[in-house]
Amino acid sequence: MLLRTLASALALTTCLAFTAAEAKTLVYCSEASPEGFNPSFFTGGQTFDASAKPIYNRLVEFERGTTNVVPGLAESWEVSDDGLEYVFKLRQGVKFHASDKFTPSRDFNADDVLFSFNRQLKKDEPWYKVSAPTYEYFDGMSMPDLIKNIEKVDDYTVKFTLTRPEAPMIANLAMDFASIMSAEYADQMMKAGTPEVIDNEPVGTGPFRFVAYQKDAVIRYEAFADYFGGKQAIDQLVFAITPDASVRLQKLKAGECHVMAYPNPADIGGLMNDDTLQVMQQEGLNVGYLAYNTMVAPFDNPKVRKALNMAINKEAIIESVFQGTGSPAKNPIPPTMWSYNEAVTDDPYDPESAKKMLEEAGAAGLKMKVWAMPVARPYNPNARRMAELIQEDFKKIGVEVEIVSFEWGEYLKRSSEKERDGAVLLGWTGDNGDPDNFLAVLLGCDAVGGANRAQWCDKEFNDLIQKAKSLPTQAERTALYEQAQLRFKDQAPWATIAHSLVTIPMSKKVSGYKMDPLGSHRFDGVDIAE
Amino acid sequence: MAVTDPAAGGGTMNPRLEMLGAFWASFSENKGAVAGLVFMVVLVLVAIFAPLVAPHAPDVQNRDALLVPPFWEAGGSLTYILGTDAVGRDMLSRLIFGARYSLFIGLFVVTLALAAGVTLGTLSGYLGGWVDTVVMRVMDVVLAFPGLLLALVLVAILGPGLMNAMIAITLVLLPHFVRLTRASVMTERDKDYVVAVRTAGAGPIRLMVKTVLPNCLAPLIVQTTLSFSNAILEAAALGFLGMGAQPPTPEWGTMLAEAREFILRAWWVVTFPGLAILLTVLAINLVGDGLRDALDPKLKRG
Amino acid sequence: MIPFLAKRIGLLIPTFLGVTVVAFLFIRLLPGDPVLLLAGERGLSPERYAELMAQFGFDRPLWQQYLEYLTGVLHGDLGNSIVTKQPVLSEFAALFPATLELSITAMIFAVVLGLPAGVIAAVRRGSVFDHTVMSTALVGYSMPIFWWGLLLIIVFSGWLGWTPVSGRISLLYYFPTPTGFMLIDSLLSGQKGAFGSAVSHLILPAIVLGTIPLAVIARQTRSAMLEVLGEDYVRTARAKGLAPGRVVGLHALRNALIPVITTIGLQAGLLLAGAILTETIFSWPGVGKWLVDSIFRRDYQVVQGGLLLIAGIVMIVNLAVDVAYGLVNPRIRHRR
Repeated sequence: MLLRTLASALALTTCLAFTAAEAKTLVYCSEASPEGFNPSFFTGGQTFDASAKPIYNRLVEFERGTTNVVPGLAESWEVSDDGLEYVFKLRQGVKFHASDKFTPSRDFNADDVLFSFNRQLKKDEPWYKVSAPTYEYFDGMSMPDLIKNIEKVDDYTVKFTLTRPEAPMIANLAMDFASIMSAEYADQMMKAGTPEVIDNEPVGTGPFRFVAYQKDAVIRYEAFADYFGGKQAIDQLVFAITPDASVRLQKLKAGECHVMAYPNPADIGGLMNDDTLQVMQQEGLNVGYLAYNTMVAPFDNPKVRKALNMAINKEAIIESVFQGTGSPAKNPIPPTMWSYNEAVTDDPYDPESAKKMLEEAGAAGLKMKVWAMPVARPYNPNARRMAELIQEDFKKIGVEVEIVSFEWGEYLKRSSEKERDGAVLLGWTGDNGDPDNFLAVLLGCDAVGGANRAQWCDKEFNDLIQKAKSLPTQAERTALYEQAQLRFKDQAPWATIAHSLVTIPMSKKVSGYKMDPLGSHRFDGVDIAE
Repeated sequence: MAVTDPAAGGGTMNPRLEMLGAFWASFSENKGAVAGLVFMVVLVLVAIFAPLVAPHAPDVQNRDALLVPPFWEAGGSLTYILGTDAVGRDMLSRLIFGARYSLFIGLFVVTLALAAGVTLGTLSGYLGGWVDTVVMRVMDVVLAFPGLLLALVLVAILGPGLMNAMIAITLVLLPHFVRLTRASVMTERDKDYVVAVRTAGAGPIRLMVKTVLPNCLAPLIVQTTLSFSNAILEAAALGFLGMGAQPPTPEWGTMLAEAREFILRAWWVVTFPGLAILLTVLAINLVGDGLRDALDPKLKRG
Repeated sequence: MIPFLAKRIGLLIPTFLGVTVVAFLFIRLLPGDPVLLLAGERGLSPERYAELMAQFGFDRPLWQQYLEYLTGVLHGDLGNSIVTKQPVLSEFAALFPATLELSITAMIFAVVLGLPAGVIAAVRRGSVFDHTVMSTALVGYSMPIFWWGLLLIIVFSGWLGWTPVSGRISLLYYFPTPTGFMLIDSLLSGQKGAFGSAVSHLILPAIVLGTIPLAVIARQTRSAMLEVLGEDYVRTARAKGLAPGRVVGLHALRNALIPVITTIGLQAGLLLAGAILTETIFSWPGVGKWLVDSIFRRDYQVVQGGLLLIAGIVMIVNLAVDVAYGLVNPRIRHRR
């Protein structure tokens, strides 16, 4: 019996087997397992790399390699003069992937758009609760308050009505949570009594079709022959999930993968000298900062904050923590973002003056806590080490630092409490390339007690960013954001530490890869030499 | 099985000295054990006098000397005999100060586990009944989890840190002491001499401390040495997983965890802390083997 | 035999309940709020937070949560992972074969080397071989395996480039995995080189995980052999002029094996603990790494379910060893 099963299994598998060498395969060493395959449930970059980017499309897309928004599933759109109505003309003839559970009988149309958004919007409908999800981004970007209504005008026209004008709306719709899924697939699975299948065995319109996923090991895709943008040059895309950076590097060197995510800063120097590799670098859309609690004395005094900022040796941090793969930050937004104010001058590194300023402010001999995150982030690859360096720096101006840490969830929670004791190391990676996504989210008055870790509510600053949000043109908004950055620097709620330099090493065989300023890893348009 | 003749328990000093002499004669026959002992003595001295022995302070960062290799490698210097780590701290000095942590961890865990384990084991074995049942079932539950996993979860609850790691490891090692003591107490409990002392009117506590416990001493000593090395290993493993002592503490496991990202670039930051753990644990185990053989030839398991 | 078995199983019930309480309570006592963890740097509004707490059931009284949990466990429902939303049991089932394959290979490695080494060391007691084996075993026994793994990676993957660094098989191979054991599945797939690739991926982790069991088995075998060799019937057999090889092979080894096999069986817990470290170092996609990751992710349900499943496995293996030992050695059955 056993023998027979074995024999038949053998026969079956030999039939199915295809040799890898015949197909053009690109292997990407990713840093973590995706949380899942429905991008609207999650926030992890690795999840978007594995779901939204290869499998799905959105109404509008970020152009590869830029933060410009270009047509995606919508060919064009119009915004009403009051900024409240968005009408999208949808692309025709777009095919969905087929899977062993689903064969699409129709092309993409307005129903799919409605399904994808209503699932996250309408709490009373059954789909809202399928897979017990949390719609972090949809909620985080205030979509439930913002979207009043979505209607299907005809099969290829959709109208969004907003409750208030929102300048970043189009950019928001290019974000991963706004990926479009198949309403037909959803209906079929619902009828079959297995609705959650659509979240685990994703079907989209994107450049790659999902084939298989083995948790903590590998994800496989194949190029979608009927992709509306044309079939990709590579035939198969494989994500080798490899959480350890040194191991990823080993695999890259051994040719086991062709592109790797997040190398250790320590290894980058060596990578640059490796003849078989090419290394791409770009400033990430992020900022790492030390946020004082501006509600607690003596940190309510801008002079104290300024003095502390002047005591931090950023160059040393860039050298030791980022191993050179970062650049000192002076503004709360990164230089790759529009409206970045070059005119702002950073606080000089000057321990002597800092000490004097601290004495003048009556805060000599200060004792404080510095919080170090327990996790590595692009904007801060080693918070513990950064905290140690800051501890040493502050010691030189007579400030005694105690380093504290909590596990990540606890850290995020406690650091957002208004009465928090100490300055917090944290950072932010941009979502949609809009300055509002940094300035309002991290420093606005509404965010006090939440993502505003400095608990900083400054009327002048807040008025500027609120006004900028309601203006229609980028030029008008830029002027206000530039002013806001000056005000920020003057008041110093944070010590702005660094922007990371994102590095992507890849085999020389890979061509056409473009770094995404938004930090994702996209493999459409990429080719590999045999 | 007994080390001492219980009848002579309260006797003069001489037989005790004699016994000690015999024990030492037997122990010193084992060259490995003596070597282990010597290593341990040196390590203890180094730990005690760490500030005098270490060439540098363990936490001073020299930003001009990041990841300097050991002196015999190209680019190394005698200033940093074993090289420096990623923020320019002297490896050797950190290792020397690390000895303090490892020895302290071992001592703390073993003392706590021994005290709690012997108390619970004695109570359980002597009293029997529901006390015994409850204690033993709880120990069964603890033993049902792989030690490291349990310690990991405990530390996750208590929060990462050296103290919490030590508490967690104590709990994980506890059942061995409880079971051992209980078994010994149960075999001794009904022996003639105990019954005799009891009928002579000795109270239960006195009875335990004076007569029964000394007779389970040999296996307890062996278990204690074993636990000592286990505690150091587990604490280092927790440190390695980021759940033990927190950086910049120069605990060896924690140093290893910090060094992991340099595995391909700076082998010395990975190699030396691990070697320190291995040598220390090895020395303790050598002493443990020697103790076991010397204390009780029948316990000898090879 | 039946009463003996019934008694052993009866003893397991309170332990199992204890384990469920521990698994349940531990997880509730963890700091770190899983709901906030999900939100990350972004944060959550208080309303949304309350909503999510209710959705996951964290807002109910503890005893009620426990009863629900226990009922679920008895029905084979260990809840869903908070991070991935997948059933814990199915995640475990998907990853466990990897751990099992690694553990079994490690055990085979340990037995194949440890048993003969121990036997020969005992027979040639006091020889150079004996001393070498015993010293090596003691070193192995004292080994911090997380460091050992790193060292092997530096040498064999880094310097020599002989073995791959992580994973279970080269990603160039793709085939169905009906058994979940990569060694078997790669053979079944019929793809050229697949089996070799699986072996080369398995070899370092198996050595690392097998190191401590190897040392324990070598030591245990040697002392068990020494004991048996000293017993009357062996001496009699020798005196009767049986060839030394036969004495060792037939009589001594067979009797010495009983305690050794028990030792091997009792390594199950140790192996799983070792697997946590080994899998972490080699990015081996098994349950050990899954649990460590989940602890760091504060994935309540996964840690809870995983703890329970692992404890359950340890308990069952121990029971099996116990019963097997009871079968071989009837005296044990009447022990108190």
